Amino acid sequence: MSEDAIHLDVQGIGKSFGATRALDDVSIPVHAGSVHAFVGENGAGKSTLGKIIAGVIAPDQGGLVLRGESVTFASPREALRAGIALVAQEVALVPHLTAPENVFLGVEPRRAGFVDRGAMRREFDRLAADAGFDLPATTRVGALPIAKQQQVEVLRALARDAALIVLDEPTASLSAREVERLHGIVRSFAASGGTVILVSHFLGEVLALADTVTVLRDGRVVSTGPAAAETEDSLIAKMLGRSVGRAYPPKEAAAADAPVVLAVRDLHAPGISGVSLEVRAGEIVGLAGLVGAGRSELVRAIYGAAPSSAGEVVVADRTLAGNPRAAISAGVTLIPESRKDDGLLLHRPVRENVSLSSLRGMSRFGFVARGRERRRVREALGQVAGTTATELPAIALSGGNQQKLLFARALLATPGVLIADEPTRGVDVGAKRDLYELIVGRAAAGLGVLLISNEIEEILGLAHRVLVMRGGRIVAELVGDEATESSILAAAFGTRTAA
Amino acid sequence: MTAAETTGLEPAGPSTAKRATALIGRAGILIPFLIAFVALSFISDSFLRFQNLANILDQQAGIIIVACAGTLVLIAGGLDLSIGAVYGFAGAASALVASNVSTPAGIAAGLAIGLIVGLANGVIVTRFRVNALIATLAMSFVVAGIGAIVTQGNLVVVFDHPEFQEFAATKIAGITSAAWMMIAIAILAIILLGRTVFGRYVYASGGNAQAARLGGVRVDLIKVATFALSGMAAALAGVIDASRVLSAQASSGQFLTFTVLTGIIVGGTSILGGEGSVPRTVVGCLFVALIANGFNLLGLDPFYQQITLGVILLLAVGLDAWSRRTD
Repeated sequence: MSEDAIHLDVQGIGKSFGATRALDDVSIPVHAGSVHAFVGENGAGKSTLGKIIAGVIAPDQGGLVLRGESVTFASPREALRAGIALVAQEVALVPHLTAPENVFLGVEPRRAGFVDRGAMRREFDRLAADAGFDLPATTRVGALPIAKQQQVEVLRALARDAALIVLDEPTASLSAREVERLHGIVRSFAASGGTVILVSHFLGEVLALADTVTVLRDGRVVSTGPAAAETEDSLIAKMLGRSVGRAYPPKEAAAADAPVVLAVRDLHAPGISGVSLEVRAGEIVGLAGLVGAGRSELVRAIYGAAPSSAGEVVVADRTLAGNPRAAISAGVTLIPESRKDDGLLLHRPVRENVSLSSLRGMSRFGFVARGRERRRVREALGQVAGTTATELPAIALSGGNQQKLLFARALLATPGVLIADEPTRGVDVGAKRDLYELIVGRAAAGLGVLLISNEIEEILGLAHRVLVMRGGRIVAELVGDEATESSILAAAFGTRTAA
Repeated sequence: MTAAETTGLEPAGPSTAKRATALIGRAGILIPFLIAFVALSFISDSFLRFQNLANILDQQAGIIIVACAGTLVLIAGGLDLSIGAVYGFAGAASALVASNVSTPAGIAAGLAIGLIVGLANGVIVTRFRVNALIATLAMSFVVAGIGAIVTQGNLVVVFDHPEFQEFAATKIAGITSAAWMMIAIAILAIILLGRTVFGRYVYASGGNAQAARLGGVRVDLIKVATFALSGMAAALAGVIDASRVLSAQASSGQFLTFTVLTGIIVGGTSILGGEGSVPRTVVGCLFVALIANGFNLLGLDPFYQQITLGVILLLAVGLDAWSRRTD
């Protein structure tokens, strides 16, 4: 197969959702044996395009030409038959079945009408060995870590002889090591003649993996060209349609004698052993570490969302009672890691979502004072530059606006301490900047912030002080210039030699 | 290329169609209700008489009271299948106490039973993490069994204390006190759900329990409260119906549970929690009653009525599931 052969030609695709034009006259040639990345802000249309290619949704206009032949897919099943498989952001496996059962679901090797389990197992072992995966064949996949589940998805695509795999945000929930492994698989798949379409937010990943990059903005193609000619800054400039540096707002150092607003003493909880830390008023403390190091477990224990077995959390000289309600009344609020699972009431109006934690202050005799509620919700949304459509259900907002909604809820509860767990995950570049400015601005006004992020750059850009976790403990405290990408990574991986 | 035809059928459109469905879903049951109402007015001479309408209200009083509280339970993410058993047992117990002690004591005894069973349901579901469907189904067996033992399976009559009838059958402005109680409780439930902090927490608990908890809502407490209200409402309905006919049978609530759930779900409250409204439940129950009344007035075979109800229920749930599907 020649390197220049076009595997899939996307021709003039258009797609609308209601009044929103998600894709408009999108044409992209995807070459065989290449890794082709789609990048863009949230809502730019990259995931929609990936889904159209994989037959999940049908385009309104335009079509796909697969190896010179015009094709139309009415379902993912038809796309699969044509050799196109989608590995979605959220894994779609049957949790109660084993890895081989999932891989061969619907195409089980049969003998006399019965599943030939022996053949299935042999075939699975061969596939896994070829891909270099080490997957248990008898465990239910629901019990496997996300990274392994994704490997099962990849094998499922390979088992169906897919020649083109669409990876939609494949590494969003993986740790650094798992990401590296997945990248290896992508490279070897492309090297053996397969084509990969990579939809990703992580520009570093895109530049490291892709041969070709297509930038989408507002449903249109901005550019398609070799990845080697791009940098993170050039991609961002194209995505935004203007040039911005990845600069973070300037941070003012917190006063060294500022009062301690949050003190955690020798806290023990599931996944956490003996953690002590302090956050001062006006200080942004970054919590770094690998996925699974116990960062989310720690903040959930501090907030009282998960039970702790020993130790105490002290806010303004009072020990917290260990439930979210007590934390909120003491002035501690949490912006949880997963806004859809733990944060939002998706089908309720924005107004009700924002006021949820502050209703007691806006009610009389148990009745909601609706005028006061509307006014204060609008004020809070104004402070975070959030949506003004307060009666829309939260599900109708973009990821960035949903996150701003949660910030508005937190601010409305007048916190002294804000715990933000991955506050910019799945948020587009423009909204990220808004959130950074918000966090820094609030800290300057005296808020103590505990910030978790998987993006080390984000921690470095925002935090005054960085705590690094490994194995449920804080293993390093890095202040000012000590905190660098390499010092944080070294501590997180445990490669740092004792000082 | 059969695929082309399939996709050609939905030009730009599943979302438009879905939004139209959602819109119809919001006006919801009101449209079929009005159609049925107008149709019956034309078809049957006796339908639009004040007496027939007042009778419908009187007969539906118990069901709508239970359904209003049941709506709260469903929105909070629960389900109460014990309402029929509570209805039967509380009615029989109140009749027993009323005939042996006094009318007020009878009413109080019935309500107390409802409160106790409701609280027990709530605690079992929240503390012991038993699935609400199973917990309340089991509770319905227990309560029905106790009812059968206490009444020895007999019809309890209160004919010697006619004042017990005044509780439900006193006419005010041509409408029975049972119907007035139903109206009052529906209004209370609407205010509770729409205007109070408690109501907000009910929606939050059922919509996303984890988010509600992290947002400072005592989700378990809210759920227990909805089960307690549901138990009390079922008991009140039992007392009302016992009072109306001056007799009660502990096993009389067998079909009530499903009639009530049909009314709630036809009204458009989701069995998945987090969404729903009391006015729609009231209209849903009245719609079911209209169908029954219509079959009655037209002298149609009641078996067709059951088939009709079943189809309507399936349509209501199917429509809900379809409008929830996101791309």
